[in-house]
Amino acid sequence: MDEAPTPGLNIAVLVKHVPDAQFDRHLNGPRNTTERSESILSELDEYALEAALQLVEQHGGDAAGHRVTAVTMGPGPAVSAVKKALQMGAAEGVHLTDDALAGSDASATSRALAALLSHLGPFDLVLTGMASTDGETSLVPAQLAERLDLPQVTFAAALELEAAEAGWTLTARRDGDAYSETITCQLPALVSVTDQINEPRYPNFKGIMAAKKKPLRTLSLSDIGLTADEVGFAGSWTAVEAAEPRPPRSQGIVITDEGDAGLRLVDFLAGQKLL
Amino acid sequence: MPTVLVFLHDPGAVLAKNDRELLTLARTLGDPVAAVAGDAGDPLLDGLGSYGVSTCYLPADPSVGKSLVAGKAAFLAEAVRASGASVVLLGNAYEAKEIAARAGVRLESGVITDVVAVADDLTATKSVFAGSYTSQCRVTTGIPILAVKPNSIEAAEAGQPATPETVSVEVPVPAAAAVITGRVDKPATGRPDLAEARVIVAGGRGVDGNFAPLEELADLLGGAVGASRAATDAGWIEHSAQIGQTGKTVSPQLYISAGISGAVQQKAGMQTSQVIVAINKDPDSPVFEIADFGVVGDLFTVLPQAAEEIRKRRA
Ligand SMILES: Cc1cc2nc3c(=O)[nH]c(=O)nc-3n(C[C@H](O)[C@H](O)[C@H](O)COP(=O)(O)OP(=O)(O)OC[C@H]3O[C@@H](n4cnc5c(N)ncnc54)[C@H](O)[C@@H]3O)c2cc1C
Ligand SMILES: Nc1ncnc2c1ncn2[C@@H]1O[C@H](COP(=O)(O)O)[C@@H](O)[C@H]1O
Repeated sequence: MDEAPTPGLNIAVLVKHVPDAQFDRHLNGPRNTTERSESILSELDEYALEAALQLVEQHGGDAAGHRVTAVTMGPGPAVSAVKKALQMGAAEGVHLTDDALAGSDASATSRALAALLSHLGPFDLVLTGMASTDGETSLVPAQLAERLDLPQVTFAAALELEAAEAGWTLTARRDGDAYSETITCQLPALVSVTDQINEPRYPNFKGIMAAKKKPLRTLSLSDIGLTADEVGFAGSWTAVEAAEPRPPRSQGIVITDEGDAGLRLVDFLAGQKLL
Repeated sequence: MPTVLVFLHDPGAVLAKNDRELLTLARTLGDPVAAVAGDAGDPLLDGLGSYGVSTCYLPADPSVGKSLVAGKAAFLAEAVRASGASVVLLGNAYEAKEIAARAGVRLESGVITDVVAVADDLTATKSVFAGSYTSQCRVTTGIPILAVKPNSIEAAEAGQPATPETVSVEVPVPAAAAVITGRVDKPATGRPDLAEARVIVAGGRGVDGNFAPLEELADLLGGAVGASRAATDAGWIEHSAQIGQTGKTVSPQLYISAGISGAVQQKAGMQTSQVIVAINKDPDSPVFEIADFGVVGDLFTVLPQAAEEIRKRRA
């Protein structure tokens, strides 16, 4: 095992509270924003948290001075995303909430999260999911890296940290269509991970009990030095002017194979001019 | 006419299909110029010319691609400044979106991803919640940066070809960037790219390790082979074939789903396909809820029979 070159790794994991995709999702909040009842910790952010916990465990655990902070930005109920992260094993939680944040697009979200991380940090590593399962833009991690002037390693499918005299070196694998790449950088860095990287743990009873005693802070905009016009609808660079549910796909024909289904399938394709 | 900059984030030797679509869209919005994030040889420049590009911006140091995203984003921002463009169009691949994200911060400009149409007034239509919503969005600050999904527009060459003039752009070296230190090529399948394919035959856990009947049908139809996460996780096929929330989002003319149950995460990647055909043993599979033509049956008998019949009809 590596010797830690620094007092310990300070890792922030960004977790988002999103509508559960198992239910119908709607854009009928104010100004076509997401309706947020039935929300959960974004499944894709669980992979980022698991990656943080595994890195800490591989390098000496809490005893080595490493610390994982779960961070979310969102309305009141979003705190449950942080609570779940604490149950899974994060040491500390932070919830940024303020009425003025409502309606933030990626640019405003990344501005707020950058200010929040600067206020809480410095962090050696900022971990995020590959995309939020509601916005699905994958813009926030890259914009955070740009704003915080951090090297970005996005869509990591495998991750390793190595300690050396000069600091920590991060190596990641990223899988593309035609090739797979090895990427390296020195910490501090911002890393987003895919769902290929690990299998997130479930909170166990001990974790659930321990979470109740872990520090959880709630901060508002003024705590991190931002004003209302820098975030939310006012601070966003894009606007959703209209949103409409797509008409659901109507169910077509379903046949049961009686020995000729392949032929009937070809008839169907021919009828649709798809052959 | 406004200048519309098309950004080729991952240039090949010749114009890719998606780039031809972007250039065609650019011409409907104004005068197209291009910025190529790397080298541009004559075949690529000729291609740009035939799509009406008058000016092609190139990085002074073509190694901008060595660093991850940061270098290309810095180049895009500089190319926008140099060209005076008032709109940027680029692809919707992960890397393209990230370049857009960072360039957006540099240019203090809004970014819209997953765009399927752009109106004259630059209102962008995009699909949301895995294709279950359509929204109209606008960039309200800065130069609109729009990441456009493939197959959103029919590519057409310009009536009047141009001979692009090349302009070299100095790019500031990003202070902190990760570097690509290794690269392992994956074997080519010889089939069309999933994102661009007009026909996709996708298999799931029901394929049980044997993709041969799917490949046979895909090849007959000139299509690509896709998969559910269950199939890629099992290692039966490359992860890059995965369709769904954490894989590719596709909208081909025809999607044939075989041995896939149709979980929300799978539907997220394929429910905007024009025609969906599903073959599944289980009549209660959710995939049948979105299929235009469903077969309750065994894929190992249905697919080969269909392939045989297509061959017969073509003979
Ligand atoms: C964060 C997250 C992200 C995910 N992302 C994705 C994603 O991007 N893409 C994706 O696909 N999944 C994704 N999943 C997984 C998804 O939830 C499902 O588990 C997965 O899609 C199931 O794959 P399947 O339909 O092949 O397998 P199963 O659900 O096991 O279905 C197999 C089907 O095959 C049928 N079958 C079996 N034998 C035959 C036969 N001989 N002939 C015909 N039919 C047969 C069965 O009746 C069954 O319906 C994700 C999950 C999570 C948690
Ligand atoms: N409001 C938020 N609070 C915490 N993390 C967020 C928030 N929005 C986005 N993120 C992080 O950024 C990632 C990508 O989100 P997105 O750019 O919206 O697709 C997510 O997986 C999260 O890790």
